[in-house]
Amino acid sequence: MSREKILEVKGLQTSFYTHLGEVQSVRNVDFDLYKGEVLGVVGESGSGKSVTCSSVMRLLQHPGKIKAGEVLFKGEDLVKKTEKEMREIQGNEISMIFQDPMSALNPVYTIGNQMIEVIRKHKKVSKKEAEEIAIKMLTLVGIPSPEERMKNYPHEFSGGMRQRAVIAMALSCDPELVIADEPTTALDVTIQAQILELMKDLQERLHSSIIFITHDLGVIAQLCTRVIVMYGGMVMEEATVDELFYDAKNPYTMGLLNSVPNPKADTKERLEPIPGMPPDLLNPPKGCPFCNRCKYAVKKCLNEVPPMYEVSKTHKSRCHLLHPEAPQMEGFVKEARM
Amino acid sequence: MIKYSLKRIVSMVITLFLVATITFVLMHSIPGGPFTSERNLTPEIEQALKEKYNLDAPLYEQYFDYMQDLAQGDLGVSYKKKGVTVNDIIAQTFPASAQIGALAVVFILLIGIPLGILSALKQNSAIDYVIMIIATIGVTIPSFVVGTFIIYIFAGKLAWIPAGGLESWKGYIGPVIALAGFSVAYVTRLTRSSMLEVLRQDYVRTARANGLSKWSVIGKHALKNALIPVVTYVGPMIASILTGSFVVEKIFAIPGMGKYFVESVTNRDYTVLMGITIFYAAIYIIMVFIVDIAYGLIDPRIKFRD
Repeated sequence: MSREKILEVKGLQTSFYTHLGEVQSVRNVDFDLYKGEVLGVVGESGSGKSVTCSSVMRLLQHPGKIKAGEVLFKGEDLVKKTEKEMREIQGNEISMIFQDPMSALNPVYTIGNQMIEVIRKHKKVSKKEAEEIAIKMLTLVGIPSPEERMKNYPHEFSGGMRQRAVIAMALSCDPELVIADEPTTALDVTIQAQILELMKDLQERLHSSIIFITHDLGVIAQLCTRVIVMYGGMVMEEATVDELFYDAKNPYTMGLLNSVPNPKADTKERLEPIPGMPPDLLNPPKGCPFCNRCKYAVKKCLNEVPPMYEVSKTHKSRCHLLHPEAPQMEGFVKEARM
Repeated sequence: MIKYSLKRIVSMVITLFLVATITFVLMHSIPGGPFTSERNLTPEIEQALKEKYNLDAPLYEQYFDYMQDLAQGDLGVSYKKKGVTVNDIIAQTFPASAQIGALAVVFILLIGIPLGILSALKQNSAIDYVIMIIATIGVTIPSFVVGTFIIYIFAGKLAWIPAGGLESWKGYIGPVIALAGFSVAYVTRLTRSSMLEVLRQDYVRTARANGLSKWSVIGKHALKNALIPVVTYVGPMIASILTGSFVVEKIFAIPGMGKYFVESVTNRDYTVLMGITIFYAAIYIIMVFIVDIAYGLIDPRIKFRD
């Protein structure tokens, strides 16, 4: 891998200081993103995936705070930037697509007004030129008669159309990095498929790097090249899509994969849910965050956070069972499949 | 929009008609009349007075007469101030009330909205607590206390402002503050809570994520949405403030309309009471109409259905 890294997150820790105490939402997260790559971030609600991205984007609201770590974007640490410096990057070099298109656009301004404002904030163009860029972007995301649609308010758009408009707005300043925070979760299934298709198409055409947050493994398989699996505020596994789906090396990932229905199964296969609840990040467990739900857990898992073991050059997993001297468990294949 | 407005105007006329009718019936169902409270009149004189003002006619006849005059914009003659028409009374007293009222409204909006925004932006900070404590006090203390207090301190002890009257510009300060006090506090609290809610909305996060300046995020994207509930309150508030407050006008000796309104009730001055009630109702209804139009301008999701 000699490709250029566009984003390096190192030892990121983000906490929310509530009146109940410190909620450690993100605990020591490391990952890299290469140019032109689509990185999937999977995990259940509360695993820290959205907070990680809000931290990268510096969008945390009080009482959230980045406690430690570095976020290197093209070599510059975003954590150290002032709010004013960040505003030059937000929406320009890094932009974000949010979960719910119904509420992500301001109801009292037209789509055109909102898009033109963002374009003119970051590019030195006239109003007329900004309008042309906006129309071009709306055409790109497949909104019919964009000139007319510019004058519409968000409530005059359907859910799918709104998400297209949100995507158009996010891409309007040619960002190098796009963070998509569950952009399809709030949409119904057919629209979901269309939006995914659109994002895939746009990525191929614009070659931007994308971080795609989701809890839908199907989406990951369709869109991403590499995946990180998050749980309890930590990265549990990092792998290419193929490695993740065919050779998962973490009990949590295996649990996730087992709880996805297989439509091609001949027999009536029972889904295997993961028993128990995710950890309380107000009092995070001392050991592996997944240990109390893990069927392979050993004593060590309770007391020590496992390190990341390298399975292959592109594949890492956080599990004590990957230690060379760990006992071989039934159902848990330690060695990489050849 | 035009069709909608015409429809609203028709319904406003009907509302005014109902207000007039109900007031008329209620007014006449209170025991006593305009001439009962004065020195013991001989029955002959009382009879003569009643005849002069047509008060001995059957009630329905009086009602139809009154309504006929009202339709032509004639509010009748005062029973207490001989020879003065109600139209004259309103024309003479409304300007003073309206002047103070208009200043109070400007004061309320210029102070209340910015303080509310500031308070919301600095939520749970010292500034927020101070503003909210003052606002809570402002909402709870009645205007006669504020008025008396202002007169005692600033007109009496310090002699910075006159104790009454509107002869110099300083005379406006006391009544405007007394009149605005409650509403400034209320608008501050309303703006704060509305702003806090809007700041949590996804579209505000989108605006921030797009790197827009703080000014644009708050002044453009948040404020317009946050003002919707404020407009709801401010419309009717303007109507009641413009038409004057009995208490404030009494304390600061202002020749305004509020004073006449209350006096006309105790005096059973039927025509003045009717006239001012209808005038007040008209302003109120017009303000509500303006608020509804303003909604449409602020929030495009509101459509005027014809």
